[in-house]
Amino acid sequence: MNAKNASPKISIEKLVKEFDGKTVLKDISLSVDAGQSLCIIGTSGCGKSVTLKCLLGLITPSGGSIKVDGLEMVGQTRSQREATLKKFGMTFQFGALFDSLPIWQNIMFRPLQQGDVTRQAAREEALHIATQLGLRADVIDQFPAELSGGMQKRVALGRAIADKPEILLFDEPTSGLDPITGGVIDNLILDAVKRLGATALTISHDMASVRRIADVVAMIHEGRIIWCGPASKMHESGIPEVDQFVHGHPEGPLTNKKTVTQQKAQA
Amino acid sequence: MLNFIANIGKASLNFLASIGRLTLFAAAAIRWTIFPPYYGKQLLRQMLDIGFYSLPVVGLTTLFSGMVLALQSYTGFARFSAEDTVATVVVLSVTRELGPVLAGLMVAGRIGASMAAEIGTMRVTDQIDALDTLSTRPMQYLVAPRLLAGTLCLPILVLIGDIIGVLGGYLVGVYQLGFNPGVYLSRTMEFLEISDVTLGLIKAAVFGFLIALMGCYHGYNSGRGAEGVGHATTNAVVSSSILILISNYLVTALFFG
Repeated sequence: MNAKNASPKISIEKLVKEFDGKTVLKDISLSVDAGQSLCIIGTSGCGKSVTLKCLLGLITPSGGSIKVDGLEMVGQTRSQREATLKKFGMTFQFGALFDSLPIWQNIMFRPLQQGDVTRQAAREEALHIATQLGLRADVIDQFPAELSGGMQKRVALGRAIADKPEILLFDEPTSGLDPITGGVIDNLILDAVKRLGATALTISHDMASVRRIADVVAMIHEGRIIWCGPASKMHESGIPEVDQFVHGHPEGPLTNKKTVTQQKAQA
Repeated sequence: MLNFIANIGKASLNFLASIGRLTLFAAAAIRWTIFPPYYGKQLLRQMLDIGFYSLPVVGLTTLFSGMVLALQSYTGFARFSAEDTVATVVVLSVTRELGPVLAGLMVAGRIGASMAAEIGTMRVTDQIDALDTLSTRPMQYLVAPRLLAGTLCLPILVLIGDIIGVLGGYLVGVYQLGFNPGVYLSRTMEFLEISDVTLGLIKAAVFGFLIALMGCYHGYNSGRGAEGVGHATTNAVVSSSILILISNYLVTALFFG
């Protein structure tokens, strides 16, 4: 993050989002430079996913500004938004692969829908991407339901990078995976981001993953950014909420209550 | 008392808001059936699902309905020596009323539920958001082909169902009630008019549209989790069945005569 940079790749200013009178995002301001990898951390329900959805235009913000390459995203028409969306590749928390399509069509969904490639060329490209991601060649003819969680995450990553986007968004890329598979996914993300020269924005609870893939970390708490800095300085933030989250302590300002074990010990 | 009135007001406002949302959804869906890009493969898949795979259930329903109708009308008409009108009653009942309504209700149960469950699952697993981020309009990719397929396929399905229903009546009339085959067939065709068949097909097109609309609408607006998808599926079947019966009366009244 560099708030003073003249032309950040992504710039979010004073983002606010209300749902039925409840303010989920109170004041989110972030900027991400081109080629940088930013991780957003925070407890469940703090507004991380809402921020990402606002960035993609899936949710209309109640206030504030989101700029990509200096272009305002809030209030764009559908066709303007579609042009901007081409810059994005996104992986969802649970993969969100299309159940009715085989893997190769999942990976090459956007180029196929836009008529940019023939089916034969798309199949070959999907095979190439799948191989890069460590998937067996025969997997491309299978359907998502036939794959393990780790394989689905790889396919989702393949779909995100197939159109060579400038910005990659990852929503909990390692959730539900064992540590080894999670580490493999992290390496694939790092490799893809480096190969494409892309800017990356990741949401994660997995601190090991955050340490591996992030240049910069921002923590959201109660709809606000409470800390943002280099990933290597996370442990030195001096903010109790950040310390608790980074170390995974059950007791602290984020939970503000004692664990059952501690209550019993006190009693 | 005031609370009671306030609750009625609240329920009425919610009902009107639901109608408004459904109307906007239908308008958007119709709009995207007209404008490109067209998803031909999606359309074919839906046509196959609605038109071809529903054929056995619609065929069986109309076959046995035609058979029962022949038996029941014979029992009734025999009381005033009007047995020879059985063939006419069967063909008119099947083409004007039973064919479209029974096929509509069967397809509502089969296709309306499956559309709501499929789209609802896509909603709760973020597949609809994924479509959006991949520069594909979900309304155009998911809803428009289903709406078009429902509207086009149900009349074809009903036409086949009509023939099977009349055949059911013929089988009972000839082999059980002892009608002469030639006389039964000539009675079947004698009073049948093109408008009888077209009325049934118009109804079928309306029913097909409503079934697809309700399936897509409830699936698209499905709540979170398995429970949300379950509710969406139930609502799709119930609402499309009710709308079939209401629109059946309205279309019949419109073309009455």
